[in-house]
Amino acid sequence: MAHREADGALFATAVTKNGRRSHKNSRRGAALPYLFVAPAMALFSLLMLFPMAMVFRYSLMDGAILRPDSSFVGFRNFREIFSDEIFWQSLGQTLYFTIMSVVFHLLIGLTFALMLNSSRVHPMVRNVLRVLYILPWLFTAVIIAIIWRLILDPNGVINGYLIALNIIDFKVEWFSSPATAIHALTFVNIWAGYPLYMVSLLAGLQGIPKEYYEAARVDGANTVQNFFYITLPQLKPIITSIALLDFIWTMQVFPLVWMTTGGGPIHATEMLSTYTYKLAFTRYEFSLASASAIVIFVLSMCLTYFYIRHQRSTANA
Amino acid sequence: MRFNPLKSELLSSLAVYVGLAVGLIFATFPVVWMLFSSLKSNTEIFALPPRILPKVFTLTAYESIFSDPTKIRFFINSYFVSGMVAFLTLIVAILAAYGFSRYQFRYKKLFNVIIISTQTIPPITLLIPYFGMVVFFRIFDTYLALILTYMVFTLPYAILLMTGYINTLPKELDEAVLVDGGSSWTALWRVIVPLSVPGIVATAVYTFLLAWNEFLFALTLTKSMELRTVPIGIQLLMGQHAFEWNEMMAMSVLGSLPLLVLYLFAQRYFLAGMTAGSVKS
Repeated sequence: MAHREADGALFATAVTKNGRRSHKNSRRGAALPYLFVAPAMALFSLLMLFPMAMVFRYSLMDGAILRPDSSFVGFRNFREIFSDEIFWQSLGQTLYFTIMSVVFHLLIGLTFALMLNSSRVHPMVRNVLRVLYILPWLFTAVIIAIIWRLILDPNGVINGYLIALNIIDFKVEWFSSPATAIHALTFVNIWAGYPLYMVSLLAGLQGIPKEYYEAARVDGANTVQNFFYITLPQLKPIITSIALLDFIWTMQVFPLVWMTTGGGPIHATEMLSTYTYKLAFTRYEFSLASASAIVIFVLSMCLTYFYIRHQRSTANA
Repeated sequence: MRFNPLKSELLSSLAVYVGLAVGLIFATFPVVWMLFSSLKSNTEIFALPPRILPKVFTLTAYESIFSDPTKIRFFINSYFVSGMVAFLTLIVAILAAYGFSRYQFRYKKLFNVIIISTQTIPPITLLIPYFGMVVFFRIFDTYLALILTYMVFTLPYAILLMTGYINTLPKELDEAVLVDGGSSWTALWRVIVPLSVPGIVATAVYTFLLAWNEFLFALTLTKSMELRTVPIGIQLLMGQHAFEWNEMMAMSVLGSLPLLVLYLFAQRYFLAGMTAGSVKS
């Protein structure tokens, strides 16, 4: 998540080029900066550029990795993926899961940030609650999955409370019935992901100059107007960049799904990532899996393009 | 419309506090449930009606984890791999960050794009060629396979964080070393690095946690029990003893410990790493 500051950071010296210094550097030879960045670039070439070229190549071959005599087959793997109903179902479910997650992350994160920032809250209460509200963020996906499997177990505590309160009259199988599984999964992801928004928006709220609100008060604005005409526009750059990153990362979700439902029951929670993983490592169809992985990659890169453009525009503003 | 101002003030305060209380239950209940379930017996976890506090506190779940060398090994592996990833990432990142911060050179912009886009590449897309490469280089099921592949995801953040940090240090510091006859190399390690400790700590914390949490590569690129990390260990436990929930909750508590400790005792650095960039400074 380090981009905003750092993206600007890489270019900072380009702007403040200092004559004395660059003169000295140019005398020391052009090779020196490359020596400093060489180890990093070697790793990126070996572990990013080369593998990406490989997976593109695999996606155009048949029997990749497994057969030594595999040959190019053009876009056949893509045609096969695109004619698979489960692929489209996974894509739809991934989008549902991602959009719901991003929307509720934002709503909950913003609500919590506004409540914590409220002048009605005692500073000590605020500090304690801030730490507690961040808790879901401190757990790794596998642990989140297993906690919620226990809580949402048919004999678990949620069903226990819901039955005691007469809200339901049978034990709901949250993760293993096709009707509820995707919603349960989305709910868990919403729980796990809102703190990033909360922390960032809280910092954003504290950065809005107090004078804006004072001026608005003089003009007779009410709380609702304050929110829509001052708070929200001021937070917009933060919201856009976090929501885009969240969208990209949520779309790639794997461990949470793998550890709760495994994509089941009967593909009801299949995501593009689990679909691809199963193609590769349970069916050993590495060529098809590569084609599917390329689809995820292209989707991510389209969003990354918007993300980088947004970062540039706010960095220059 | 006329409101009684005092009454409406009170009502708003009440609304905020009710909202905060609901939020508190939403945020913490699962965590509380995990913690107390790890201290209950298996039958008590499923008691009806549900009880949050255990009737009988018991440490049997923790005892059984600490008496099982396989499970202890999961933790050792996770600490070792995450520590190595943090250490190696830092060295490579400090060098690169110094280059980016102090020099102009061709392709700088290209490198920048590579670094930023690496952060959004889907892990599953890289996993397939990694599997092929790891088998080809005969490092399947080794620490090396995990450490190298984790670095591709830790390096971008580390480089960006460190570049941002080194940019805040005045260039006159390096120049002073150069004037005294030192090289850029000595300027970096003798002056810049000691002054960058806060940035280094934030970067180390963040890369450690990324590695600690990793699941997909650990699942696919290792297979022997001796090399499994905590997330995979929990997954395996889930399959083997699906009914020993107290033990799985205890594993989860222990597996979350590094994050909780780092968060509580290095909150400043932790948040710096986790949110740098998403907040406009």
